[in-house]
Amino acid sequence: MAPVTPALAAEIREKRYARARGASPHVALAGLSLEVAAGEFVAVVGPSGCGKTTFLNIVAGLDRDFAGEVRLAPRPDGQPARVGYVFQEPRLLPWRTVYENIALVLPKPRAESQVKDLLKAVGLPQAQDLYPPQLSVGMSRRVAIARAFAIEPDLLLMDEPFVSLDHDTVEQLRDLLLKLWTARPTTVLFVTHDMREALMLADRLVLLSGTPGHVVADVPVSLARNRRHGGAEIERLRDEILRRHRELIGAAATATPVE
Amino acid sequence: MSAAITARRASSWIAASSVAQRIGSVALFILVWQVVADAVHSRMLPSASAVFAVLAEECVHGPLLFHLGVTLARVAAAFVVAMVIGTAIGIVMGRSRTVDALFDSWLVLLLNLPALVIIVLAYVWFGLTEAAAIGAVAVNKIPNTAVTLREGARALDRDYSDMAASFHVGRWRTLRHVILPQLYPYVFAAARSGLALVWKIVLIVELLGRSNGVGFEIELYFQQFDVTHILAYSIAFMIVIQLIEWVIFQPLERRASAWRR
Repeated sequence: MAPVTPALAAEIREKRYARARGASPHVALAGLSLEVAAGEFVAVVGPSGCGKTTFLNIVAGLDRDFAGEVRLAPRPDGQPARVGYVFQEPRLLPWRTVYENIALVLPKPRAESQVKDLLKAVGLPQAQDLYPPQLSVGMSRRVAIARAFAIEPDLLLMDEPFVSLDHDTVEQLRDLLLKLWTARPTTVLFVTHDMREALMLADRLVLLSGTPGHVVADVPVSLARNRRHGGAEIERLRDEILRRHRELIGAAATATPVE
Repeated sequence: MSAAITARRASSWIAASSVAQRIGSVALFILVWQVVADAVHSRMLPSASAVFAVLAEECVHGPLLFHLGVTLARVAAAFVVAMVIGTAIGIVMGRSRTVDALFDSWLVLLLNLPALVIIVLAYVWFGLTEAAAIGAVAVNKIPNTAVTLREGARALDRDYSDMAASFHVGRWRTLRHVILPQLYPYVFAAARSGLALVWKIVLIVELLGRSNGVGFEIELYFQQFDVTHILAYSIAFMIVIQLIEWVIFQPLERRASAWRR
C-alpha cells in the first residue's frame, strides 16, 4: 500500500501581527501543527481570540505572511486542491442575485445546472433570482454553504458558520450540512467555540488554546452520528473532555453560551 | 400582497405628481419672466416668447443644431477622457499608499488651478487645436474624478475581495462583479458633477479658441449685444443636458442600484 498523504498538512511555526510602533508584535499562533486525512470532518475548537480564524485564513491562502508551511494534497488529475470557504458572515455580494453569487465561483459552462442542483439541495429552489438583502439570515447562510459546495471542494473551510442564529435554525443548518457532506464527501475543517456543536458534527476535535494559539489536545469522536442527536451522550463527552482539559482550554467554560 | 400593490400605486402616484410639480414650477418661471420682460420692455431683457421664437427659428433655418452638435461632441469626448483617466488615477491612489503620498499634492495643485489658466496654457503650449481644447476641459475635471474615486477605492470592502481570492475568482471577474459594483455610487457622483462642470468649461474653451460650437456663437452674439440669441442658445443647451440626465444617467443609476430594495 502506498503511504496515505493527508489532505491537509499544516505546520505553522509562528504567525505574528505587527502592532503600533514601539509595542512588541502580537504572536497569534505558535507551533501549531495539524494533519487532516482525506474525507475527515475535523472541528477546531477554542475560545474566541485564540487564532482560529487566523489559522483558517492561512490554510485558505489568504494570509501568506507567516512562518511555516501549509500543504494541500493535489487533485487526482494533478490540479491544485480546490478550497471552499464558508465565512462567519455569509459574504454574499448584495448587488448580485443568489444565482449570480454562486455562478461567480464556477467556470461558466458548468454553472447553470450546477447552481440549480445546489439550490435545490439546500432547500432554496425558488430563491435564485432574489438579491441577498431580501433573504433571511438563515437563507443567506444556506446560500453561502451552497456556494462553497458548488466548486466541489477538496477542502471545505467553515468559520463559525452558525454563530448568532436562533436554536432551531442552527439545528436545521447542521442537519443540512451533514446531509450535503454525506452526498458530496469532502475534507472539512470546521472552526467553532461551541464544543457541543463540534461533538455533533465532527469525526475529530482539535482543541486550540492560548495566546499564541497552539493545539492542546486531539480527540477522536467515536460516537456514531445517528446517536448524536439525543444530547445526553454529547453532554457526557463534553464533560469528560472539559474535565481532562479544563486547565488547558481555560476559557472554554465561559466561551460556551449558557442556554 | 395588497399592501404591496397599494404601495406601488402610491409611489407611481407620487412620481406622477412630482413630474406635474416640476412642469408647474418651470411654467411659473417662464410666466414670471414673460411678465417682467413685458413690464421692463428693454432690448437687454427679451421676453420668453421672443426667445423661444428665435430658438425655434434657429433650430429650423439657422445653424443652432450644427453648433449644438459640435459642442456636444466636445463635451462627450472631454467627459469620457476625464472619467476614464480620473477613475484610473483615483483607484490606484486609493489602493496604494505610496502612490497616494507621492501624488496627493499634485491633485491639490490641479484642483486649485483655475479653469481659465489651464485653458490658456493649453492653447499657448499646444496651439488652437481641437485636441488642446478637449484636453484642457478634461484636465479640469480629472482631479475631481480622481478624488471622488479615491474615496471609493479606500472604502472597498476587504471581506469581498478575500472571498473572491479564496474561491479563485479570476482578476477580470473580480473587477467586474466585486470591485466595480462597490465603486458605482462614486462613479455616478463623479459623472453627475462632471457633466455639469464639463459643459460649462467647454463653452469657455470654444469662446477662447474655437470657430464653432455654442460657446463661439454666444461670443458672436455678445459682440452684437444680442441677448435674445444668447438666451436661445443657452436654453437649447440646458434642455439637452437635462435630457442626458433623464435619459442616460437616471436609468443607469436605477439599474445599478436595483438590489437596494
